[in-house]
Amino acid sequence: MAGKKVKPRMSAMAKREERWAWLFIAAPFIGFLLFMAYPIVFAVIASTSKWTGLNSLWGNIVGLQNYAKILQDAKFWKAMGTTIIYMIGIPIGMILGMLIAMGLNRGIPGKRVLTTMYYVPVVSSLVAVSILWAWVFNYDYGLFNGIYKALTGAHGPNWLGDEHMVKVSMIIFMVWKGLGGSIILYLAGLQNIPRDYYEAAMIDGANSLAKFRSITFPLLSPVTFYILITTMIGGFQVFVEVQVMTNAGGPNYSAATVVYYLYEKAFTNGQLGYGSAVAVLLAIIIFIITAINFRVQDKWVKTID
Amino acid sequence: MAKKNNKKDYQSSRVLSPKERTANIIIFIVLALFAFTMVFPLIYMVATSFMTKNQILSGKLTIFPDPILIGKYSEVMQKGQFISGIINTVIVEIPVLLFGGFTSSLAAFAFAKMNFRGKNALFLALLATIMIPFAVVMIPQYVLFTRLRWTNSLLPLIIPGCFGNVSMIFFLRQNLYSIPSELMDAAKIDGSGYFGIYARIFLPLMKGALGTQLMLWFMGIWNDYLAPTIFLRSEKYWTLQVVIRSFNHYYAIQSDYALIMAASVIAMLPTLVLFFLFQRVIIESIAISGIK
Repeated sequence: MAGKKVKPRMSAMAKREERWAWLFIAAPFIGFLLFMAYPIVFAVIASTSKWTGLNSLWGNIVGLQNYAKILQDAKFWKAMGTTIIYMIGIPIGMILGMLIAMGLNRGIPGKRVLTTMYYVPVVSSLVAVSILWAWVFNYDYGLFNGIYKALTGAHGPNWLGDEHMVKVSMIIFMVWKGLGGSIILYLAGLQNIPRDYYEAAMIDGANSLAKFRSITFPLLSPVTFYILITTMIGGFQVFVEVQVMTNAGGPNYSAATVVYYLYEKAFTNGQLGYGSAVAVLLAIIIFIITAINFRVQDKWVKTID
Repeated sequence: MAKKNNKKDYQSSRVLSPKERTANIIIFIVLALFAFTMVFPLIYMVATSFMTKNQILSGKLTIFPDPILIGKYSEVMQKGQFISGIINTVIVEIPVLLFGGFTSSLAAFAFAKMNFRGKNALFLALLATIMIPFAVVMIPQYVLFTRLRWTNSLLPLIIPGCFGNVSMIFFLRQNLYSIPSELMDAAKIDGSGYFGIYARIFLPLMKGALGTQLMLWFMGIWNDYLAPTIFLRSEKYWTLQVVIRSFNHYYAIQSDYALIMAASVIAMLPTLVLFFLFQRVIIESIAISGIK
């Protein structure tokens, strides 16, 4: 900006270009102001009000009372705990994804067909596959208990009906739905590693494990970091599968997530101010987690110079 | 390109030791079995949609429908709500992809090829919105759309999309960087207007990337569930995903799983067909997001 002042004036042509450019980006920018910036400011203000959408927002300002209530609500903490427990699926998916991508990258036949098969769940409608898995997990007639009975002769577990089992079931579902995404990202990452690194290691007489530890794993770390960040942000937003696969957040609210809690408060109970406070808390948590991730990334994320 | 070919030649010319070959065979078998396990629930879904109620509720493990019943598909297709769900989704898709594709590509062009003050700051502000979860803005958006009296129509799903899509702008901008800016300078000297340069030179050049991004966006809208459930207050305007979810609610109690599965299969078909047809470009564009 300081440099600009020294310049005499923008040429007429540069000025014309600038006006056109501003016009060209006007639509997304206005969209950003209307549907992102304004709602965020609004959510912060609404979060301090006992607002239901029917009463006045400004007339019911209660300060930080909503936040205090949320933090004292056992249901909120239960939902938060479940949201974090579901994230057990993240490392499982990353390890499986990395192993499968390494296998696919060995030049085995049918690589493309196999990659497609792994990726199909990712492009499938979340609602449709949630309905499908609710059926797979069905206690009496589902696929899993059908297999279980055929193998052991006994009746299988109550996948979605038991407080603890429902969490296991959701994690299985989430790993299944997301695995293809990490496989594709890891495959792309593997193809970016220069071959001569492995050649040099081979000359040094390094075994497979050593090659993995000193070449593959560190050079995949940017991809690992990317997957970690995006899946953690996504992990805090789990909602649809819970709503479709369970009834009212599962037995004893054991399957409910933070967004499920938020949805219930805002749209089922009409507590829009309280819901906004949950939303603001969620945004703060996601921001902190992302910031921590970026902070510690230079400790373990390596890049190819 | 040349570099890529070299890599391939090197890989194929490498002689595998017998040990490596055995390892590859074992790995192939393991990966193939696991891939089959991954798609098996979907196969089971299709199989169930052809089964009779007796077979489904027999309590025995059956995978092959016997007899094969195709009646559930025609039953689904005769449900008015299902058809209106498809029509509503299409009504959302067309204007959003048309206008949103236009506004996004125009903005991407400006960000990649034009000079203006505040370019980087504005771009970063837009990019930051990708990080903001929908859950954070859904209450204010719901209130906004209610006040505008849009919740009794499809407008809450159409209008915001028409303003453009940030991840699309990001990818198209990335794509335009690979096109030399000399084209821009030459056209300017020829006296072409900026919109003309976009429409006649750069739009045709980003056709491929634009197509891929539109396809991904199409899938996103098609599969969207959360926004439609919140914003569409009238059943008349329900989109497909909301409709099949309500089917599940209603028919699962009646145990008509074949019908639910048939409806879900139809709902998944368009995105799956698109994916199978264009999987190479789709996978490529997703892989780029992780490396960039």
